[in-house]
Amino acid sequence: MHVSRRSRLRHVSCFGSLILVAVFVVLACSQPAHALPAFARKYGLRCSACHESWPMLNYFGQKFKDNGYQLMNDRDAPIWQNPSYWPVTFRITPIWHRVSTGKVLVDTYTAGNPVATGSTLQRVTSSGFDLSGLDFHTGGTLEKNFSFYVLPSSDATASFHFETVMARLDNLFGSPWLNLKLGKFELDNLLSEKRILTLTGNGGIYQLYHFIPVGDGNIFGQMGDNQLGVEVMGHSWNDRTRYSAALLSSTDGQVGLPYGANSYSGFFTVSQAFDTGRAGVQRIGAYAFVGEAPTTWLTQTGPSGATVIPGAVGNKGFSREGFVGQFYFGQHVDLQVVTQHGEDSAWFGQGYGDFIDGIATGNNTTGTVLPAGARSPTWNGVLVEPHYVYSPQLIFIGRYETIRMSQQSTPGTPSNLGNISTYTLGFRYNPFMTSRAGFAWHNEYNWLHQDGTAPDGSNLNTGELLTGFDFDF
Amino acid sequence: MQRNNLRKWLLSVGAAAVVALPMPSWAQLTKYDLETRMGMEAHVGDVTGHAKDAKPDYRRYCVGCHGELGDGNGENFPWVDPKPRDFQLGVFKCRSTPTGTLPLDQDLFDTIARGMDRSNMPQWSTFTKQQRADLVAWVKHFSPRWTNEKPGTPITIPPEPEVTPERIKAGRDVFARVQCWKCHGVLGQANGPSASTLTDDLGRPIAPYNFTEGARPKCGDTDRDIYRIFMTGLDGTPMPSFADNIKPDEAWDLVFYLRTLMSQRSKEKAIAKQLGLKPVDPNAPAGQQ
Repeated sequence: MHVSRRSRLRHVSCFGSLILVAVFVVLACSQPAHALPAFARKYGLRCSACHESWPMLNYFGQKFKDNGYQLMNDRDAPIWQNPSYWPVTFRITPIWHRVSTGKVLVDTYTAGNPVATGSTLQRVTSSGFDLSGLDFHTGGTLEKNFSFYVLPSSDATASFHFETVMARLDNLFGSPWLNLKLGKFELDNLLSEKRILTLTGNGGIYQLYHFIPVGDGNIFGQMGDNQLGVEVMGHSWNDRTRYSAALLSSTDGQVGLPYGANSYSGFFTVSQAFDTGRAGVQRIGAYAFVGEAPTTWLTQTGPSGATVIPGAVGNKGFSREGFVGQFYFGQHVDLQVVTQHGEDSAWFGQGYGDFIDGIATGNNTTGTVLPAGARSPTWNGVLVEPHYVYSPQLIFIGRYETIRMSQQSTPGTPSNLGNISTYTLGFRYNPFMTSRAGFAWHNEYNWLHQDGTAPDGSNLNTGELLTGFDFDF
Repeated sequence: MQRNNLRKWLLSVGAAAVVALPMPSWAQLTKYDLETRMGMEAHVGDVTGHAKDAKPDYRRYCVGCHGELGDGNGENFPWVDPKPRDFQLGVFKCRSTPTGTLPLDQDLFDTIARGMDRSNMPQWSTFTKQQRADLVAWVKHFSPRWTNEKPGTPITIPPEPEVTPERIKAGRDVFARVQCWKCHGVLGQANGPSASTLTDDLGRPIAPYNFTEGARPKCGDTDRDIYRIFMTGLDGTPMPSFADNIKPDEAWDLVFYLRTLMSQRSKEKAIAKQLGLKPVDPNAPAGQQ
């Protein structure tokens, strides 16, 4: 059937009008932002009291968290709650996204021959509807000054793991300066990746928190991954000054002892906030993640053919340190900044280390020597994330991250191999949030550029466009 | 014909609109009133707060309980107890000024940071001084009292004397004489004979303060704060001012005695234990506790 150009235009126009109407309806149905589930139901506060924009915490929310999910009044103990109160929130995100990767190795065929005859690099673009995993948050207080958080989290196929399981003794000896947490928990990152405002594959994480040089085997220094350990933290009564020190198993949060490796790492933070009048409260701080992790596999659970080495540990060091800044320019604009200088032992740089994923390229057995000239890989990075908060219900997000290698492990390696630059832009709109549920219409674009990581050694670019509904209840 | 009907209908709608539009509802009128008071200021130390600058913070942090119009009718109203403060009345519990008068800006400024135990009001200590001062001005702009009246003169609090066993015993006598026990109970457990009958100024049931639970007194937990509470009263609640019934020296005695009822460790509590101090006897003749 022939469809005239005018008719097609009319259809396009109708479709466009429908979208506009839908957007108008969503905007028009706006209701005041109410409280978030679980904690908000307990305290009767709007979500905006604790969140700059859900799920990112504001200063008050950070203080609430630092107090062990307590407002430090007599309503903290669960005995004050209605017995039917259940501190639980589910979160899931249905989305549509379009991912375009610059250079992907694909098979080539000759006409009429179903068997691949070779391969070539080409841009691959995929789009479609998708689903995030399901987060099952439950947390709060067991009693005044005894808090907990349990977060079973699934991937999109409902395969669950424990993202967070921790109990915390708050305000020990009646002092906010001493709190003790034990379990698996997020490191005390002021700019929390677990509360990130973006959702795309590359933009939904902070690259700085997960960076590993090309060929490096150290998967243990990932600040963005929840880790198993114990944390002591403290803060002043108004949270202006805060510190934390955590002792962690170097297992990247994986359960089970690392077969005699006995490797630990530490994560330390300190920060100070300043009252700057009408501009708001500015905070600057520093962090350091230092430790050792194994470069030797002790059992056959490592890469196939691994040798069992009784008593060998092969722990080698790594470090990540940097500064954090949270700067506010009045009630609508803020800027989050994180810097990082990272360094791995030369052993990691040469591919030793990752016994968990089993992709390490070598095993540091007795007598193993490093290649001549092998050095510790080092890098520097910075993350800048501005926000424009039109209202607690509408936030515009931008982010620029860059990581630059300053020393490659193997001499002669291109100095820029593995360098990353990424830009993210987006906005989240919450047409309503009741004390029973939260809902955000999320829109985002991320572009990531990596030097020399395409299969042919050239640069690799990946772009992703995403829109979806992020909701919890 | 159809065109005539349409014309008539349009004329009717137009006429109705002309009549109805200039008739604002009470809510709109109140909003108009509020707009006229948007120039309200607050002065706390060297910081000047401006109501107009507090709107985003109020909407982010406060409106859920206190409501858009400051009438305490936010969406959390049905769920919280005690009910949120109605700022339109211009009546406040925590003041350094005599009963019936408006509080100082400093009083409201302190209340925001301190929060209120035994209520849903958290400690907003995370605000900057400027934000708090702006919010004080915003709170004031809800009530016409602030344009028609000036705050009261703060009461004078004499220096705190040394705690002695005699003073604690004297404080127990004051507790009996002014009948604190009628609401707060002889042991301070909020179970006096009048406790169940108490209502606030709006007729809503209200519970007296329970000294034994460990919660902070609503208007501060220093000795001076406690002194101030019963010398100024908590306006809007059944807790009156005893400024006319208790001399300043007796007020300090009462503070010391109240400390013995509280669950927190204190010098007064230790002395009371040493003395074997007994609770007041409601049936004892005056002066014979």
